[in-house]
Amino acid sequence: MSSQIDRAGIKLGMWLFLYSEIILFGGLFVLYAAYFHRYPEFFAEGGRELNRVMGAVNTIVLLLSSFTVAASITAIQRKAKKQAVGFLIFSIFCGVTFLVIKYFEWGAKIHHDIYPNSETLVSGEPGLNIFFGLYYVITGLHGLHVIIGMILLTISLVYVLNGKVNSSRFSMLDNSGLYWHLVDLIWIFVFPLFYLVL
Amino acid sequence: MTATQSFYHTSAPPGLTGIKSWLLTHDHKRLGIMYLGAVFFWFVLAMFLGLMLRTELMTQGRTIMDAETYNAMFTLHGVIMIFLFVIPAIPAIFGNFFLPIQLGTDDVFFPRLNLFSWYLFMIGGLFAIISLFVGDGFPDTGWTFYVPFSVQDSKNVGLTVTAAFILGMSSMLTGLNFVTTFHRMRDKSMGYMQIPLFTWSLYATAWVQILATPVISITFVLIILERLFSIGLFDPDKGGDPLLYQHLFWMYSHPAVYVMIIPGMGVVSEIIPIFSRKSIFGYKAIVWSSMAIAVAGSLVWAHHMFTSGMSDVSVFVFSLLTYLVAIPTAVKVFSWISTMYKGSIEMTPPLLLALIFIFLFSIGGLTGLVLGAVGPDIHVHDTQFVVAHFHFVMFGGTGFAFFAALHFWWPKMFGIMYRFKPAYIGASLTGIGFMFHYIPMFILGMQGMPRRYYDYLPQYETGNFLAGFGGYLLVVGMVIMFVNLLMSFKQQVLAQADPWGGTTLEWKVPSPPPVHNFIKKPQIDGFPYDFTKVTEPSQKRAK
Amino acid sequence: MDNKEESHVLSYTQLGMVLAVLLLLTIVTVGVSYVDLGFFNVPIALTIATTKVTFVLLFFMHLKYEGPVINISFISTVLVLMMLISFTFWDVAFR
Repeated sequence: MSSQIDRAGIKLGMWLFLYSEIILFGGLFVLYAAYFHRYPEFFAEGGRELNRVMGAVNTIVLLLSSFTVAASITAIQRKAKKQAVGFLIFSIFCGVTFLVIKYFEWGAKIHHDIYPNSETLVSGEPGLNIFFGLYYVITGLHGLHVIIGMILLTISLVYVLNGKVNSSRFSMLDNSGLYWHLVDLIWIFVFPLFYLVL
Repeated sequence: MTATQSFYHTSAPPGLTGIKSWLLTHDHKRLGIMYLGAVFFWFVLAMFLGLMLRTELMTQGRTIMDAETYNAMFTLHGVIMIFLFVIPAIPAIFGNFFLPIQLGTDDVFFPRLNLFSWYLFMIGGLFAIISLFVGDGFPDTGWTFYVPFSVQDSKNVGLTVTAAFILGMSSMLTGLNFVTTFHRMRDKSMGYMQIPLFTWSLYATAWVQILATPVISITFVLIILERLFSIGLFDPDKGGDPLLYQHLFWMYSHPAVYVMIIPGMGVVSEIIPIFSRKSIFGYKAIVWSSMAIAVAGSLVWAHHMFTSGMSDVSVFVFSLLTYLVAIPTAVKVFSWISTMYKGSIEMTPPLLLALIFIFLFSIGGLTGLVLGAVGPDIHVHDTQFVVAHFHFVMFGGTGFAFFAALHFWWPKMFGIMYRFKPAYIGASLTGIGFMFHYIPMFILGMQGMPRRYYDYLPQYETGNFLAGFGGYLLVVGMVIMFVNLLMSFKQQVLAQADPWGGTTLEWKVPSPPPVHNFIKKPQIDGFPYDFTKVTEPSQKRAK
Repeated sequence: MDNKEESHVLSYTQLGMVLAVLLLLTIVTVGVSYVDLGFFNVPIALTIATTKVTFVLLFFMHLKYEGPVINISFISTVLVLMMLISFTFWDVAFR
């Protein structure tokens, strides 16, 4: 049994897992593409009903958090433990912010009777029903991944604090970071597809 | 002594005893055995269900069950066979056991993930069993779960689909493990073109497992969401398109059949050279064709949808691409035959089963061309012709490759040899029964008998009766094969490290292997199918 | 396996520059969405999104510094996804 840790191998395994996540969301993008082709004007109308400012703020929040996650890895590599901890806490806080904003967005929509199988959507334009159906499914699945990412980052934070993650052994942080960046990547596409197709 | 102690007597991680040394094992070989036990259970169950189905069809009207039971039973037969047998069997059992050894290493890259994959497999199976007994009963939608029925059906669709989701995760993680092991743990002196063909086949398969499985995962998630929230993504009344479900479903389920067959072909590529005492013909062609099948096979999914109402353009494109996939597949068949040509053939049970594979798979593949051509497909789509076709490739193909793998690697895994004569009898009877069982279905299909129908018009009764008779023959043959293998545990005829005259690394380690596979560092040959050392002794004797 | 290879360290400045580009592109894409360019709004938005994603991948996710196995397999995954989407259009676009 090899006693040396193969970091490159662990990273390869993580990337392979990310590929499966990309395809998982990819299936939903297949649906989006097909339905956007069918209902372009209703997708535009639906997009106008979403809050572009909130969407942009969420985009910026995730981009910032990606920066701080990447920075925390630089910090750990430079043995700057305090900085790494700081960056990670900020990243997790960004995740919380994202979810809070999402909560308010969904809440507002639900308050206006726009949610799966609601009276408004069922009796309204089919194209709008599909737009909001996809909106809830995609942002819902994405939100679930934000939560998972936050859990991974928290575990990494604990490991940084107790020294299990350090400058010579930080695959856990590295791979949690990769997962978090994937969450960011998906949102970078979700944002224009839902908020900017006007 | 402890270094050569078999893996059955040494636990990995060390210090575990009894049942814990199995349930908490990191050892890829133990996991392979554990998968074998589970898969065997599922195969026997689904085989029994299949026999019940065909017994029901032997006479018109009700024979032994009512229509609703029949519908649930063919769904269950399909779900178990596909997700719990044909997809996992060869990779999870023989892939787990032999990929690390063939690569000259001591385990897969992520052993604990490997254990987790096994638990996912068991949990998925458990969910499937539970869905048999709770609520309104097992789904009757067919294993394809087409909308709208799967969304409206009152039966346990959600639970079954969740089971399949979990099984998909198990498959995906196994693929991930194999790719990582292939790239990072290969013996340093083994280049890409020295890797055995079985391992190459697992590598090609692993990519499909990683990249295609998530599509069915999201599709099943969407079924569950639709059942829970009635979003309407596939409901025409709410703006949805039911064909998009079919697209998403087949985007996985077609590549899945390549997950099923490519490892089986890998097994045959190992068996044919050994028992021809001759190097495999076209090693590189087989490597490239495995990768080509994986790629091309991912682009043909809509050939399951020719009559669904999709566009004519789509029908044309997917038919054309389907014909392209046939090419790399044929390359392999030609390579196997060329290997045997002017070889020194030694008949053994694995070879017999591999030859039956080639015969049955070729018939299955050729009938696939009938289905791939749009004109004939319109006539035979959703008939018994399709049922016969896919049983020829999945059962005559992967099923027989699985039997071949069992007979080939049995002495290595268990250190004992089975009796050949009952193996030959069982294999032959299975092959003959297979033909009697499925060939009538081709004819019935062309005559217009639909699939998944509980009852049929009077003119189909003779064919169905004949098929049923063949089915019993088939099962008797398989029982003989399995009993013979199991009897080897009682007979305890010990097997050597290399009972067949093999050249790949698993034949250089003891039968069964020690826990870390290699006692001393393995010597990698320049080419994995060099039989000169194997044939030397008999050539010297001939002089 | 050679465990002594130092993994490439990106400085805070380098990371910060990438962040600046990403934020700038975000502002641009939001800004463009207020201008009616008809058909072109969507391709432009997607192109900007793809550019942003490329920056995140290359630098934050270190793809620029990874070996051929990861690079080739990543590109292949993206190609597979593009095939899945585009081949569906053989049907959807020609009904």
